[in-house]
Amino acid sequence: MMSLRQFAKHLVVLVGLTALPMLSTAGDLGPVPPKAKMNASDTTKCVEPIGDMRKNHMEFLKHKRDETMREGVRTKTHSLVECIDCHVTPNDKGEFARIGDDEHFCSSCHNYAAVNVDCFDCHSDLPQGAATKNPHLNKLTAGGTK
Amino acid sequence: MKKPAFKQIDGNSINYWMLLALLGGFVLAAIGSHFYMEHGGHYVTGMNNQIVWGLPHVFAVFLIVAASGALNIASISSVFGKTAYKPLAPLSTLVALALLAGGLMVLVLDLGRPDRLIVAMTIYNFKSIFAWNMILYNGFFLIVGIYMWTMLQRNMNKYSKIAGFTAFFWRLALTTGTGSIFGFLVARQAYDAAIMAPMFVVMSFSFGLAIFLLIVMASYKWTGRPLGDATFNRLKNLLGVFVAGVLYFVIAQHLTNLYATEHHGVEAFILRDGGIYTQLFWYGQIILGSLIPLAIIYHPTIGKSRSAISVASIFIVLGGLAQMYVIIIGGQAYPLELFPGKEVSSTFFDGGVNSYTPTFAEALLGLGGIAVSLFMVAFAVKVLRFLPESLADEAVDPHHSK
Amino acid sequence: MSPNNSENKTDQYRRKFLSQSAAVAGLAIAPGLVLNQVAHAKSDSDKASSANRWGILIDTNKCNKGCTDCVTACKTENGWGSVDGKASSETHSSKEQQAQWIRKVTITDKQTGHVQSLPLMCQHCETAPCVDVCPTGASMKREDGIVQVDKHICIGCRYCMMACPYKARSFIHEKLELQKATAPRGIGTVESCNMCAHRVDKDQNPACVEACTKAEHSAMIFGDLKDANSAISIELKKHGGEQIRADLGLNTGVRYQGL
Repeated sequence: MMSLRQFAKHLVVLVGLTALPMLSTAGDLGPVPPKAKMNASDTTKCVEPIGDMRKNHMEFLKHKRDETMREGVRTKTHSLVECIDCHVTPNDKGEFARIGDDEHFCSSCHNYAAVNVDCFDCHSDLPQGAATKNPHLNKLTAGGTK
Repeated sequence: MKKPAFKQIDGNSINYWMLLALLGGFVLAAIGSHFYMEHGGHYVTGMNNQIVWGLPHVFAVFLIVAASGALNIASISSVFGKTAYKPLAPLSTLVALALLAGGLMVLVLDLGRPDRLIVAMTIYNFKSIFAWNMILYNGFFLIVGIYMWTMLQRNMNKYSKIAGFTAFFWRLALTTGTGSIFGFLVARQAYDAAIMAPMFVVMSFSFGLAIFLLIVMASYKWTGRPLGDATFNRLKNLLGVFVAGVLYFVIAQHLTNLYATEHHGVEAFILRDGGIYTQLFWYGQIILGSLIPLAIIYHPTIGKSRSAISVASIFIVLGGLAQMYVIIIGGQAYPLELFPGKEVSSTFFDGGVNSYTPTFAEALLGLGGIAVSLFMVAFAVKVLRFLPESLADEAVDPHHSK
Repeated sequence: MSPNNSENKTDQYRRKFLSQSAAVAGLAIAPGLVLNQVAHAKSDSDKASSANRWGILIDTNKCNKGCTDCVTACKTENGWGSVDGKASSETHSSKEQQAQWIRKVTITDKQTGHVQSLPLMCQHCETAPCVDVCPTGASMKREDGIVQVDKHICIGCRYCMMACPYKARSFIHEKLELQKATAPRGIGTVESCNMCAHRVDKDQNPACVEACTKAEHSAMIFGDLKDANSAISIELKKHGGEQIRADLGLNTGVRYQGL
């Protein structure tokens, strides 16, 4: 049986060790997703309010994928192709980032949060027609897709 | 009859650790080959759009079929009341679970998207026998696990009969389901037969008991525990009956097919013109896997030699793998009959025999499944009381008949 | 009252009667016109409906052995295979492993020596074996009869490939990229012809039929099998159409003439 003092000492050490890794994220302001074409903001709504999108985009996409794939509904709202067309934009040199790069819209947050994004094994990570514009297309994606 | 005492094996010898290391090595190799296959994709394997199931499936289906058969010994004691088999019942449940685990591991690791296994376990299309098999396989773990528990824990022994009955019917459903995977395929000449399900059930009896007998013989020899002739002969004779049973079903299937002109193409392929498949059928499945073991088991003098019987058991296992290869891969190699009576050709390999060359990675994955099963058994008998201390005739059945 | 007034009144009555009749007639016909439009045009928000059943009719007598227009069109539309000498995007896979959604099959009758050629793709069966055997329900049939793979829940077990009598399905053996937006395809999943569902949903022909029609071979017709007035139904009624492997009783959506 340990005394209360001993227990308190153990607890402090435990909490301290647990908190240690958090130091590595000190000063971290979070992910910086690139701007989309439409330039939505807290006042300018895009598809849904930004907070709603951040929290629920996976639900919107999941619901929409079944509507489109199983029922043939092809409206543009919540369509993944529309998301990519707007959000994946070229840099000043006209090059596109690929999924897995921090500069790609989806990966900018997903890499930070370390959440696997399953879409791009099958769906193209670039807007339609981008293939002709990007000189770096031959390089295979980084580890982000796995 | 004195209640048999169960005791863990010592498991201290260098040989034991070397066995675990060897099996562990194969397991790691299998995991490595899985990552190799999953990283770049299945193009590294020999499987293609014509032969979609290959060597890993041969091993996986063999292990799954053998798993339900390995439960036979326990079923005979609990369901059919033969007390002479009771001492081996716990080991029987252990081997059954271990073989199923190994087989399923290979099957899951070969999936195109193994990361979606949770989808397969939660979303079911109940018209698919595969979906039913998911439930049957998982249920097998649960039910046989409970059955095992009722036998290992003394105050649960009274429930072992009802658990045994449940396990018995469940495993029949499971093996029927596994055979139906092929039996329900209307498209291919080699499948689409009602006989596939019962044939798989009898195959499970034969393969499961062969593996079980090998494990019993090895366990008792390597731990120096006595294995009496009474027990040994019972298992041996039962094995002979099962091997004969499989041979009967194979003969019935092929004779029936030979009667129908519609099936002459695929029969000629398997029995005469199929190259490797024909060789595996006659030399592997029939001669090595059925006729030689029968001759050994029923021979008046050779049949008494334990080493001869262990050779026969190994032959049965090899013959069983050959049988699975002929069924699974031979069945895909034979072309789909889209236009009967006509010569067909296309850029998508229609109309001709399809070719398949297994790769090393696939073989390692399959062998890893066997290694996982054997590792589980070897480990479990050290930590828990699965093996009776003695299977000498006096300990098992004082009134035995030779 | 002048005689002109009474004449005017009669004219007025006549005009009124005529315009009223025209209005009533117009009202009577208008719903028919409007409904006719709805029956033929599918908007983006409409779901696929069981009121339709899409089918393709292929006249093998008009199908030239050397012609692969339908195959090339499918490759271009859906982004598989090698087109115009450019290699397939499946660079690591062997020929036996590369996907083919549609292929030309050459059939030679062993007794008569008669040679035929026809395109073979997913037959979009009413009771599709691939849909029956899929454990997760990824292999599915839409309400309008189009059979396809929901790659979101495909686990890549390839059981559907074992089950298909027409070898219509392909498995993707390697990582792909830059897929067409209308034809997502990916490693470890199974795929096949989906009758260009994305085009059908926009009231267009599948790419194969479109190419055959544009090149004026006229070997392929696409249409609604449930609409008795569609070109395909009329042709089927006049000259019939057979299924490949009719003995299986699958009631395929793709039919052939001249088999």
